[in-house]
Amino acid sequence: MSDQATARTVPQMITGRFQYDDAHTIERYEATEGYAALRKALQMHPEDVHAEIKEASLLGRGGAGFPAGVKWGFCPPGVWPRYFVVNGDESEPGTYKDRLLMERDPHQLIEGVLIGAYATGCAQAFLYVRGEMALAQERIAAALNEAYAAGLVGKDILGSSFSCDIVLHWGAGAYIVGEETALIESLEGNRGMPRLKPPYFPAAKGLYMQPTIVNNVETMANVPWIIRNGAEAYTAYGAESSRGTRMFAVSGHVKKPGVHEVEFGTTTFRDLIYGHCGGIRGNHTLKAFIPGGASAPWFYEEHLDLPLEAGAVGAAGSMLGSGAIVVMDETTDAVKAAWRVVRFFARESCGKCTPCREGTSWLEKVLRRMLDGQGRPEDIALLLDLCDNISPSIAWPPKQTTICPLGPSAVSPIASAIMRFKPEFQAYCGGGDVPTSVTINGKAYLPPEGAPAGV
Amino acid sequence: MSDAESKTSVKITIDGREVEAEDGELVIAAAERTGTYIPRFCWHPRMNPVGMCRMCLVEIDTGRGPALQPSCMIPASEGMTVVTDSDMAKKAQEGVLEFLLANHPLDCPVCDKGGECPLQDQAYSHGPGESRFIEEKVHFEKPIPISDLVDLDRERCILCDRCTRFADEVAGDPLIHFIDRGAQTQVNTFPDEPFASYFSGNTVQICPVGALTSRAYRFKARPWDLDQVESTCTSCSVGCRVAVQSSRNQVLRYQGVDVDAVNWGWLCDKGRFDFESIHAEGRLGEPLLRADEGHVTATWSDALGRAAGAIEAALASSGPSGVGVIGGAQLTNESAYAWAKLAKGVIGTDNVDAQLGDGLPAEAVLGLPRATIDQACAPGGTVVVLGVDPKEELPVLYLRLRHAVVEDGVTLVEVVPHATGVTGLAAHSLVHGPGAVADVVAQLLAESPADAGGIGAAALAAAGTAVRSGPVTVILGRGNLADRGDLVASAASRLAEGLDDVRFLSGLRRGNVHGALAAGLAPGMLPGSVSLDDGREWFHDHWSTVPSDRGLDTEGILNAAADGKLDVLVLLGADPLSDFPDHDLARRALAGARTVVAVDTLPNPSVRQADIVLPAAGYAESDGTTTNIEGRISRLSQKVTPPGTARADWVIAAELAYRLGDDLGLESLDDVFAELARVAPSHHGLTAEGVGIDGVLVPLDRDDARTDARTAEDPVGLQTSGGDEEPTADVDPEAAEAAAEAEAADTEAGEAEAEAEATEAQADAEAADAATPDEGDGVEPVADDEGEPAGPGLPAPVRFSATAVAVPSPDTYSLRLLTTRKLYDLGTTTQASRSLAKLAPGAVLHLHPHDFDRLGVEADGQVTVSNREGGRGSVTVPVRPSGTVPKGAALLAFLQPGGQAAELIDASAVVTDVRVEVAR
Repeated sequence: MSDQATARTVPQMITGRFQYDDAHTIERYEATEGYAALRKALQMHPEDVHAEIKEASLLGRGGAGFPAGVKWGFCPPGVWPRYFVVNGDESEPGTYKDRLLMERDPHQLIEGVLIGAYATGCAQAFLYVRGEMALAQERIAAALNEAYAAGLVGKDILGSSFSCDIVLHWGAGAYIVGEETALIESLEGNRGMPRLKPPYFPAAKGLYMQPTIVNNVETMANVPWIIRNGAEAYTAYGAESSRGTRMFAVSGHVKKPGVHEVEFGTTTFRDLIYGHCGGIRGNHTLKAFIPGGASAPWFYEEHLDLPLEAGAVGAAGSMLGSGAIVVMDETTDAVKAAWRVVRFFARESCGKCTPCREGTSWLEKVLRRMLDGQGRPEDIALLLDLCDNISPSIAWPPKQTTICPLGPSAVSPIASAIMRFKPEFQAYCGGGDVPTSVTINGKAYLPPEGAPAGV
Repeated sequence: MSDAESKTSVKITIDGREVEAEDGELVIAAAERTGTYIPRFCWHPRMNPVGMCRMCLVEIDTGRGPALQPSCMIPASEGMTVVTDSDMAKKAQEGVLEFLLANHPLDCPVCDKGGECPLQDQAYSHGPGESRFIEEKVHFEKPIPISDLVDLDRERCILCDRCTRFADEVAGDPLIHFIDRGAQTQVNTFPDEPFASYFSGNTVQICPVGALTSRAYRFKARPWDLDQVESTCTSCSVGCRVAVQSSRNQVLRYQGVDVDAVNWGWLCDKGRFDFESIHAEGRLGEPLLRADEGHVTATWSDALGRAAGAIEAALASSGPSGVGVIGGAQLTNESAYAWAKLAKGVIGTDNVDAQLGDGLPAEAVLGLPRATIDQACAPGGTVVVLGVDPKEELPVLYLRLRHAVVEDGVTLVEVVPHATGVTGLAAHSLVHGPGAVADVVAQLLAESPADAGGIGAAALAAAGTAVRSGPVTVILGRGNLADRGDLVASAASRLAEGLDDVRFLSGLRRGNVHGALAAGLAPGMLPGSVSLDDGREWFHDHWSTVPSDRGLDTEGILNAAADGKLDVLVLLGADPLSDFPDHDLARRALAGARTVVAVDTLPNPSVRQADIVLPAAGYAESDGTTTNIEGRISRLSQKVTPPGTARADWVIAAELAYRLGDDLGLESLDDVFAELARVAPSHHGLTAEGVGIDGVLVPLDRDDARTDARTAEDPVGLQTSGGDEEPTADVDPEAAEAAAEAEAADTEAGEAEAEAEATEAQADAEAADAATPDEGDGVEPVADDEGEPAGPGLPAPVRFSATAVAVPSPDTYSLRLLTTRKLYDLGTTTQASRSLAKLAPGAVLHLHPHDFDRLGVEADGQVTVSNREGGRGSVTVPVRPSGTVPKGAALLAFLQPGGQAAELIDASAVVTDVRVEVAR
């Protein structure tokens, strides 16, 4: 653990109630400062609530890390109705923080949504919860019933003139619906496929072509704490660019996988993997880790001391993304790991854009063939050229020949694995090399300095 | 585009060339228009872009550096630089093409699309040459039927979203969609819900691969064996332009041709697939004479002689009124004129009617101010659908109306006797009780309306505001065949008088009914939309004779025949035993007429009863012109030879006139066209060149004539939807050839027996040209009467004003009958088309649920519907509840298998009241 983290106690802003088994009930929630923030917010002018969130520079926790307060300001003035949508379609492999927030503390989410709706002038909110998360759906449904009965949701909330309905919507199980425009399509009852851009932001034209705020579950879970304690208290924690705390889900070859709420932007990967998670399992050593969801370029030993902060991770050539960290030890087969990630994207491609639909499944088939002992020397060049046709010049951040970034997401694991563990690929395909015609533009894709060329 | 000047244009650079683009025009369209073809699969100019296939990726620089962008999604903007063939763009395009072919079965040798396949073509022009894909391809069962007409091969599908977008956006039948994900993504129908759209054939035409095939064409020909001419569809009267394609003298396929003014490339399935009737078994190829049992074949000489003899005998015994002519709506304009001249100008009878008691007074169709489809669909306007169900009767007009309402904000008001295909589009749907149309329209126009026809005053007031607020186009048709057409015509008359800015678009459906009426095939009318009284003097100068008095309409002619007062009944492609709404009268008439002469293409029930049958050349078997609902004259082209010795209808008229001792003076198609343009006031000044490729509106001085129609000099627009996918922007040589053929159609006589007349025809055409100074190049103003021989001036066009019709009140035991048309019925052409024959939905009585309880009948039970008090018969049919029918009405569709509504209708009654009882 870093000195700063140990120097003072960082509050558990959003997972504090996880210690109670009955945290999902309204009794426990109200006994632990629950709905105090809503009461406070309703005494404030909506613009002041909005200003408070803006002041707290609460970053979106869904992956892109866009400041929520700024996003709320994008709604064109005077256009009604507006909708508030919570993206609870958490389905990135290795990401399971939102699920816990929804299962263990649903009222916190509901309170956050009500405050957000109040600040942005929405009378209708939708909680889009991933289809596979049955317990989360049950807990949210029960919590909504409790909240409606208590006059916390619905008409004239807590005797104020603010009314807001919250609708729980179950997804049908598609990764792509995590993309906000696909989520909106799905919410409208259509097949979940990303919308064409422009309009670029749902804030301008979203659900039913009306201004729509789409925020992640964890983002909204932060809102009650901020309103209760003020933006100043919030910004006392975390790095300059990343205030407050953040939840990270660690899985893979660590001794204690799990979700940890840590100070945002100051905690390092080493703190998380070797501190909170107890280090690599058994007597094994770290081979590589995925720092922020399946689409992120892989990180290695030399990246361990980077802080969990979007700018630093981005500068090193990857992304913090959804906060899912997957750790691989030296027993991991790099080719098989790449195949496993690519297979996920191939299966989850919505089928809309040709390069993604055909390209990811082709990549998956080539990798599978290599694993089955049918690799050919030209396969490395083939894989990289197919990657190039999905994501031109295999750059990071990725360029794309597709509408949304799902297709290019499948490129990162392949580029990472080939560049770092080329001999493993060569072993599967009887030689072969990266052709000189292929350009790869990503810092994380390059072998570490001092490492022998071609390794 | 005619309004190009009004839009701001921007300068963009495409591959180093600076070109002008409309502000907002998509890069892919601007590039194609200026000669740079960007490959594409999903983009279609008549549908919203989706940017799915990614084939049109090019490098676009809007000032922030070049980036790969889909050119179908990016509107042109000032200073934009587009590079379509840079290394990066080419790599992206080749990459996408290789991806598309990865799971494509490459079964081109057995694929119908091979040879006209955009995937095949663009694989050559923009693909990498060979594939590196060696894995197992995705497999699906192939092919699966998705409707009665269309098969789907999911292995060939490249998921471009064209068919699914068409079904959803254009047709409004979202019955096909993507299911599953990733490489398993496929187009499919919902379980147990077939793609039963009236427009399903369009998906086959716009499919960029061979995934969607029509059963009618599947495995019938290879594209390189097909030869085509452009023509106009006459399955209904919308006037869709089609490419008629044949191989070895067999018509095998129609493809929609994209014209801005009419069909935008779309066709309905009835129009697309009824080509099968051209080569149907039983086509009449030889003249027939009645024998003791059935017919025996005869020579033309004998048959024509017998027919002429019967007419002469009629003239001798009863005078001209002893002859009646019913039909003509299936004829070309030229044939209709020749028959009008024979009947009215040689025989001298005015007992002539192209409609079969299922239409509207000719004066109403021709005499109200007319609108074009474009005018009806112009943004900001209001459309009043009066009587007719456009989706069932004029399907492609429905597509245009749907687009106008959904995309362009046109307000639609319907005043109809039951909910129709446009009810979902209507801002105000006024479904009135049968017979109440005139009352409803009167209240619609009233300042403070009262309840009328079962519709509340508030609804009428709201609709009235919409109707008074902008330019109004009334689509006027005959919705209910069980009440008199006068009812809806008088309602139309009220609208014409009560609104300031109102025009009418006819909703009559039969092929060339508008051409036939304009040619004078209606009682009291003469060619050129003039009344008998106004035009008598003028036509005396051009014809041997002119009828002295107004004659009978079809109902009158049939009554005369039934009463034994008609010596000769000529059926001109007409089948009153099927199509006349009163079957009892039709049967008595055919039995009572002394001699029945049928001129037709297929043996229908009336033909089977005729004494003399003269086989006529049918669709695609003769050249000519046709007139659509707007009054637009466009070309019909011959593609195949008629069966046996069948000949064009105008030739039969000329032959008959000759045998009656007269001479029509018409020896070639050019003669007929020239005479029509010379003597018919509404066609005055018309020239063959003026008809052009897109057709021309008559009269020529109409203020709504478009100026941007394609011309022979600019035949690029000729490319069919298949053509728009050609990999190069060069003019498709086949299309150019077709253009040349279409252009030459009027100077080139038919191929078969008409060949002998060709040289003569040529000479005559020249003579006619010389005699008519008006016939210069292009279109001459109608006002220019110089050079006309001295004589009476051009008569004024007919005007329409209706008299009110009193509607009896219903008695409490009866239901008032509604008889409307469905797209598919027992019509001769539909039944002769193998693919369509089984699509007629069948006779089912629909009642309002309220009446269900009142009558004590059960859903799906059999009921007997009778009109004994009206002196008609009964039918026994199943009954179903329906929310689309008003209380007190009984809906039974016309001409359906299982029970004929026409058995219940008395043509002389204003409305038809029926009793409904549980069948015993």
